[in-house]
Parts: sequence; structure tokens; C-alpha cells
Amino acid sequence: MSFSIKKQGEICVVDVEGQLIVGNRQELKQKVLDELEKGEKKFLIDFSQTGYIDSSGLGVLVSLSKKIREQGGELRLANLNDDLKTLFELTKLDTLFQIADTRERALESF
Amino acid sequence: MTADRDSGEDRRATPDHVAFDRLIPSDVREIEPIVEEVTRECRVLALSARQCALNVPVALTEALSNAILRGNRGVRDKQVRVRAVVSDSALVLEVADEGGGFDLDACTVDPTRPGNLEREDGRGLFLMRSLMDRVERYEADERNVVRLTLRRS
Repeated sequence: MSFSIKKQGEICVVDVEGQLIVGNRQELKQKVLDELEKGEKKFLIDFSQTGYIDSSGLGVLVSLSKKIREQGGELRLANLNDDLKTLFELTKLDTLFQIADTRERALESF
Repeated sequence: MTADRDSGEDRRATPDHVAFDRLIPSDVREIEPIVEEVTRECRVLALSARQCALNVPVALTEALSNAILRGNRGVRDKQVRVRAVVSDSALVLEVADEGGGFDLDACTVDPTRPGNLEREDGRGLFLMRSLMDRVERYEADERNVVRLTLRRS
């Protein structure tokens, strides 16, 4: 599993490769917080290469959403497969996040 | 019926086949490889693609995480036992830790309630119970056991 951050214009695009679970969630959190501290405001997390997410992973996304919002920033999620969508629907987190079907649509939505 | 790809044997025909039985130390880094192994076994035993990609990995990760961090309080020397039993009708996963146990109903939070939606924690037991057909907790041999049952779909 790994997380990579690339700039696309003024948007920080984060790719989550593998699982987002209790063992690695802090790594994702720290990487995004580091960018937020540098002044970045717009974040897109892309799940096209993600296997599954556990409750700790969902918790980190909720935490990042709040911190980004507090700094006047915006967060979008993209490319959730059907299984990941089910997780967001079960927990009603689909009502908390702005979720796009594709990376392109998410980028256009800022 | 789907045959075991490796041996050619139809393992679904064996009642209550113990597919997996392992002791691991209390370290969250142990979770991902164990879940991968169990999930691989579930594929061989012909559980559905969705069960192998969603129900089993997420519910088992939650059970292991609870056992390691809460039951055994992250003390690496304390062990967690993971057992998977498969029959024609269901998969049963058992995760046992050395802790004192907990009240399943009292500890389960509904994260979908408006006041809970932005909480960072409190979704683990809810997800386990949403993704499995039955979740039980009991004590056996001085261990706290969480048993997850998933019917074949």
C-alpha cells in the first residue's frame, strides 16, 4: 500500500494504492496535513487503485474533511468502486463527502 | 460447485472445513497479510466476489483491529487467534484475544445518526454487524471470542 500526492494545477491529487486501514491511515493523514500546512487548499483523493477501507480509514477521511474545511479548503473523493460506495452508503458518509465518478469530474467540480 | 484451483478437490463439499487457523502477535501490521490470506482462501472456497472484496476483508479487519488494540491493548506478546471454518452454507470467522471482553450491543454505535456522522471513531462494530449475517461474542478457554457468520450468497 502507498499514497502518492501530485499537483494538478492548484489541486493536490492523492492516490490511495492498496488498502486504507488501521495500519496505514496515519501515513495518509500526515501527508495531507503536511500539504495543508504548506498552504494547499484543494484536495482530491482518488480511490481507483484502492482495495478496501476499514472504519479507521473512514475515520481519517472524516478527520481530514473537517481539518481542510476549517482551513477554508475543499475535499473531493473520486473513483469509488461499487464495494467502496456500499461502505460510504452504509455509514451515510456519502452524504458528508462530495464524491465524483471520475477524477476528471472531480477536478472540474472545484 | 467450484473446484479448488490448486488440488482439483471440491472443498465446498466438505462439511465444516477448517480453512484457516493461525496465532498472530498483537501488531496492526499483521492485519493486512492475514486478511489477504483468509480472503484468498475464501476465493478458493467459492464465496462470491463481493463477499471476498467487501464483507470478509472489512469485517475481519475490524475484528482483528478490536482484538489487537482493545482486547490485547496493543501488547505485542499477547496473541490473537484467527480461525475460519467453511461449510456448504456459510463462512464462520472467529477472532480470539486475551482481553476481558465487551458488551457487543452496548458498544455498538449507530454512526448514521446525525450527531455521530462526523465522529472519527465508532464505525467498527457497526460495519461488522452490517456486513456479516451474525456477530456474536463469547468467552472460551479464558479468551474473548468474536464470531462472524456470513452465509454464502
